[in-house]
Amino acid sequence: MAEKVLMKGNEAIAEAAIRAGCRHYFGYPITPQTEIAAYMAKKMPKIGGTFLQAESEIAAINMVYGVSSAGFRVMTSSSSPGVSLKSEGLSYLAGCDLPALVVNVQRGGPGLGGIQPSQSDYFMATKGGGHGDFRMIVLAPASVQEMAGLTFKAFELADQYRMTAMLLADGTLGQMMEAITFPETEVRTFDKPWAVTGTQMKRPHNIINSLALVPDVLEKMNFDRYKKYAEIEEKEPMYESYMMDDAEICVVAFGIASRVSKNAIMAARAEGIKVGMIRPITLWPFPTKALAEAAQKCRAFVSVELNMGQMIEDVRLATGCARPVSLCNRAGGMIPTPDHVLASIREANKGGN
Amino acid sequence: MVVFEKPHALTDAPLHYCPGCTHGIVHRLVAEAIDALGIEGKTIGVAPVGCSVMAYNYFSCDMIEAAHGRAPAVATGVKRALPDNIVFTYQGDGDLASIGTAETVHAAARNENITIIFINNAIYGMTGGQMAPTSLPGQVTQTSPYGRDPQLCGFPVKICEMLSQLEGPEYIERVAVNNVKNIKKAGKAILKAFKNQTENKGFSLIEVVSTCPTNWGMTPQDAMKWVDEKMIPYYPLGVYKDRSAEKAEEGK
Repeated sequence: MAEKVLMKGNEAIAEAAIRAGCRHYFGYPITPQTEIAAYMAKKMPKIGGTFLQAESEIAAINMVYGVSSAGFRVMTSSSSPGVSLKSEGLSYLAGCDLPALVVNVQRGGPGLGGIQPSQSDYFMATKGGGHGDFRMIVLAPASVQEMAGLTFKAFELADQYRMTAMLLADGTLGQMMEAITFPETEVRTFDKPWAVTGTQMKRPHNIINSLALVPDVLEKMNFDRYKKYAEIEEKEPMYESYMMDDAEICVVAFGIASRVSKNAIMAARAEGIKVGMIRPITLWPFPTKALAEAAQKCRAFVSVELNMGQMIEDVRLATGCARPVSLCNRAGGMIPTPDHVLASIREANKGGN
Repeated sequence: MVVFEKPHALTDAPLHYCPGCTHGIVHRLVAEAIDALGIEGKTIGVAPVGCSVMAYNYFSCDMIEAAHGRAPAVATGVKRALPDNIVFTYQGDGDLASIGTAETVHAAARNENITIIFINNAIYGMTGGQMAPTSLPGQVTQTSPYGRDPQLCGFPVKICEMLSQLEGPEYIERVAVNNVKNIKKAGKAILKAFKNQTENKGFSLIEVVSTCPTNWGMTPQDAMKWVDEKMIPYYPLGVYKDRSAEKAEEGK
């Protein structure tokens, strides 16, 4: 049995990244994720890795682009306003089909916003990472244990599909401490014959590039990339199904919102309300099939979010608007209480057919 | 007897540059330096947005196309991951001295062990002739149709002068490619900038005062003359920083 350790969520990400074979970290200070950088600054020099505090988030993501081009596992981390700055780089990574891990420990926005937890970058992560047609694999941990586990998963998925994986956490998960164990499974690695490592005068030169001035060539690149995305949508959705066997009301929540929702579901069950939860672990690919199936037997859905209602759009799409979907939300760094969620569950239970 | 050959580090792809543009000369000087040092197999070039964005087609070594202004950050990543490889960037003035100023200054401040070739032709070429950070006072461009007015848009950025104030960089030199004598000097400077990296000396930047006859609205000959009469007086040629030479001097 692996040893249990007490760790902050941010530190768990950093340690897991190192154990997953990441030896290059670039970042710029921003609350509430700075512990990741601090951990890397301490550890990387001792294991022959790179920790570099970049001059900006823009520079950091481009350093990531450089390391990834050379074929190595690499990551950066930031929080909401900093991730906005990275969006140009995210688009270039996508255009060159380069793997990378980007961590967003979200805070409230827009603008400078606040430093308290939020989930208001759901749109940015799942739909609008930058200019052009592209996707990122978006993983949403709900515990410190998952912060570690999904970091391993993110590196593997990124390498396997040659794209950015984003770990979308929030300030609560980043700061809270829980006892965790690190998985002792072998780290999967991938051959990268496309990487720029020097020709050694033995092969034609490799080129990392997203420029394609001929429209039908660029179109084909987009269609090919979306074939890969379709495969991911088929194979990679992850979610947790909680008390869904007999559920008539379905809560949909990810990350810290799902933790609060579990308490509310227990309380509602005590009142005799048959309620369960589908917790998306991958926000893209969204667990569309699981929600479509839930729409067959549940009367109503409640989307619990720390934003003004972003994931709710995907819940409505997945359920084909067949059932009412209500929003239970707080924003700006506020977190709904279990009572708040319970009230929304009661309300949903009154309606429906 | 072979008297003239294409450098091995250049591919056979025909260059897309305009007639009279000096990119071709500078590409050749870079390739000659790579050949002379025998480093093609371990060299990785980074060419960001600008006229030379398609340099990946012209150099035989591994190449990366980068976002506008970000080449020094990309090169930093590559060099940190592959410290035994040789990493160079090839950037224009809009790229290096405007949108990528932060990346340039901080790569220099860190003395990142990379080589930067900086093409200063005082204009944005790729987008069709807009005012560059290095456009001269009074210079007419598409976005300074009445001539660059320093009261309204400030003065040109003198990169060599600025970077040589930093403690970080190893070697900063400004050269030109408007005549045979200057081209020979430029070749030597570029060779030294690559050699420095092979000797782990750190950040070397060569600013090459260049032409853009198309967007300057001049014949290639007049453009070369304009470099002599207008550009070089504003951007004096020479070595702005050479730490190893300074140290050797101190040791005497």
